[in-house]
Amino acid sequence: MAEHSRHFTGASIRLDTVDFDYGDMAMHFDLTIEPSTITAVIGPSGSGKSTLLNLIAGFETAKYGRIMIAGTEVTHAAPSERPVSMVFQDNNLFAHLDVAANIGLGRRPDLKLNETDKAAIAQAIQKVGLSGKEKRKPEALSGGERQRVAIARALVRNRPVLLLDEAFASLGPALRHEMLDLVGILQEKAGMTMVMVTHHPDDALRLNSRLIFLDNGKIAASGSAKELLSDNGPSLLRKYLGAEDSAQ
Amino acid sequence: MTSLKPLAGALALTFLAVLAGGACLSLAVEALRGSTEGFAAFDSYLWRIARFTLLQALLSMLLSVAFAIPLARALHAHPAFLGRAVILRLFALPLALPALVAVLGITSIYGRNGLLAALFGWLGLDVIPNIYGLTGILIAHVFFNLPLATRLILSSLDSIPEDYWKLSSQLGMGGWARFRLIEWPVILRNLSGIAGLVFMLCITSFTIVLTLGGGPRATTLEVAIYQSLHFDFDIARAVSLTLVQLCLTVAVLSFLSLTGRPTEEGFSLRTTTRRFDQPSRGTKLWNGVLIVLGLLFVALPMAGTVVSGLAADLTRLLGESLVWRAILTSLIIGASAAALSLIISLALVVAREYLASQRRYAPPKLFERSLDLGASLIMVVPPIVIGAGWFILSRRFVDPFSLAPIMVVSVNAAMAIPFAFRILRPTWDTAASRHNRLCAQLGIGGWNRLYLIDWPVLKRPSSVAFAFAMALSLGDLGTIALFGNNSIQTLPYLLLQRMGSYRTQDAAGLALVLGVLCLLLMIAADRGASTLAKREVRNIG
Repeated sequence: MAEHSRHFTGASIRLDTVDFDYGDMAMHFDLTIEPSTITAVIGPSGSGKSTLLNLIAGFETAKYGRIMIAGTEVTHAAPSERPVSMVFQDNNLFAHLDVAANIGLGRRPDLKLNETDKAAIAQAIQKVGLSGKEKRKPEALSGGERQRVAIARALVRNRPVLLLDEAFASLGPALRHEMLDLVGILQEKAGMTMVMVTHHPDDALRLNSRLIFLDNGKIAASGSAKELLSDNGPSLLRKYLGAEDSAQ
Repeated sequence: MTSLKPLAGALALTFLAVLAGGACLSLAVEALRGSTEGFAAFDSYLWRIARFTLLQALLSMLLSVAFAIPLARALHAHPAFLGRAVILRLFALPLALPALVAVLGITSIYGRNGLLAALFGWLGLDVIPNIYGLTGILIAHVFFNLPLATRLILSSLDSIPEDYWKLSSQLGMGGWARFRLIEWPVILRNLSGIAGLVFMLCITSFTIVLTLGGGPRATTLEVAIYQSLHFDFDIARAVSLTLVQLCLTVAVLSFLSLTGRPTEEGFSLRTTTRRFDQPSRGTKLWNGVLIVLGLLFVALPMAGTVVSGLAADLTRLLGESLVWRAILTSLIIGASAAALSLIISLALVVAREYLASQRRYAPPKLFERSLDLGASLIMVVPPIVIGAGWFILSRRFVDPFSLAPIMVVSVNAAMAIPFAFRILRPTWDTAASRHNRLCAQLGIGGWNRLYLIDWPVLKRPSSVAFAFAMALSLGDLGTIALFGNNSIQTLPYLLLQRMGSYRTQDAAGLALVLGVLCLLLMIAADRGASTLAKREVRNIG
């Protein structure tokens, strides 16, 4: 099932006129994300940022339209069958399992790990800077360390798409920057396609990413973060950022 | 792959529907079959019993709640005194203390030869307390329900935000203003639910009325059903009594559903919010008196049980093979009932959560709502009604007494389901909301999910639910009183027999054994619940 992603290169993502209803709110996404790129998604609360990620990950099903990843349609595929890993803001780890087991689940859902799996886990732990903490339970880890475990699991899963749903929102500024740098490096090395929802536009600048601005369930602006966040950026985005108010 | 969870829920629901529905159907058929006799059974005797059932429940409820409010306020005003935790633990005990054990304890304090009579004699007063009749029933019901109501009201007071106490301190509110403006609105919001719950428990009380009630003048519907089946074998009367009892419970539960349930108390000791007001010396003294009186009222009968039990010839009692057989029968029935209630509750909880997560934003469908209702079915159809219904139905095909083990296990399991469901559901719902997305993404399902993810989370609440259900079953007298015979005797049944043959010392000894068994199970459940609460705080994966 996961063999398609053993190559560990990025995959393109295509949302082809996807419609989704969230209660009374109708959302519409028509979007292409190039392989091995980083895309940041920003927008007001309730604008559809997490829904966009949930549609790609398979936690929500589109009402109309198609979702393609690496050219294959996955619109109705189960989350575990998609070439996608996702890191959430909270609850990324099973509280009763230690670090190694939490990462190991990314390799085998029955935790029957062979030597290759164990080597991959050890390597991932080292990459995210958690060596020596393999046997710790989540309660004995800091917020940043817990997110590192989730990222390590994403690494051992070898899926070409990594989605971050406000994954670092609960961390302080210094730790958030540290984590952004870490995922930036890992993304560059592995060539994953990364899409992250964030409330901080400077995250997009830090990773030099593409930026998508959502408003009311639709894509209101899309382009390079540098351009969109400049003084010449779209008015709606500037208003959201509070730039127009302060200019006035 | 289609999930088996809804199927498990459907099977659990079917079991409960057959158990309660079969009993009701049997009663309905019997009522239609002998309608002339049935209508004749709706005589003045029946209405007198119905009136007494309502009266004793109303008075018990009023007394319990009226004393619980000041007691809960006193306990809340002093969140850190030495022994507070012990008092709260003690107040949790009556919940699982077998009624028969409590009755013996109450008799040792308020009976003719009890502590109170000795005190009156020492004071030179010519007063002989009479525990039998309405007075005894009320004392026993308040003994059981005062601690329950106190804990529920205390739980309501705990929900008051800390800022309110800061504000009351800053504004210099006096005791009356604090009560009127801060405490009373919160108590009032939960009062109808708490009062309704106590009323419901008293209206379906069986063992207390059976042992402390005094003949036709102090008999409730449940006891009259038992008497008409066990002694008079008057089916028409049993049917009419059961129908009236069923109407009463449905009416009370409908009222409860309109007024809302009390705040969930949980089974562990909660941390009281910090209060910033400084009670005056007079208030402290008053609160101290209230707490001591409340403690004495609950602790004395328990101590009485221990003292009377130790005075019995325990060596001889424990040498009797009949006693050991009763202990073994109780343990087997208790463990079987607990296991059955755990399996059914788990099936209901897991299926309900699965359906809720599948429907997402849509309102719950009938099946999902039925799973919730199924857990509370035993509240609508009391155990004695189920027992009576199946007793009447089964006598057409087999000897009803031969069904004793099946009936006692099934009804005891059903009795424990509302509690087991409430213990399991919060843990399961929280764990599922945390794990579902992750498991879906990582492809963890079936046996892997049960073994690696779900069981480690469910292990502890399951043990708590099991211990609690077993304690409830161990102390039950209702169904076994109906179906019990010489070949199957549980500890409470043997205890009742010894009481009936005036072997009071033996009864006290057996009560001690039964009380200790239930106490051990309750301690296990309470310890488990405390660990659960701590784990909830730490569970931040």
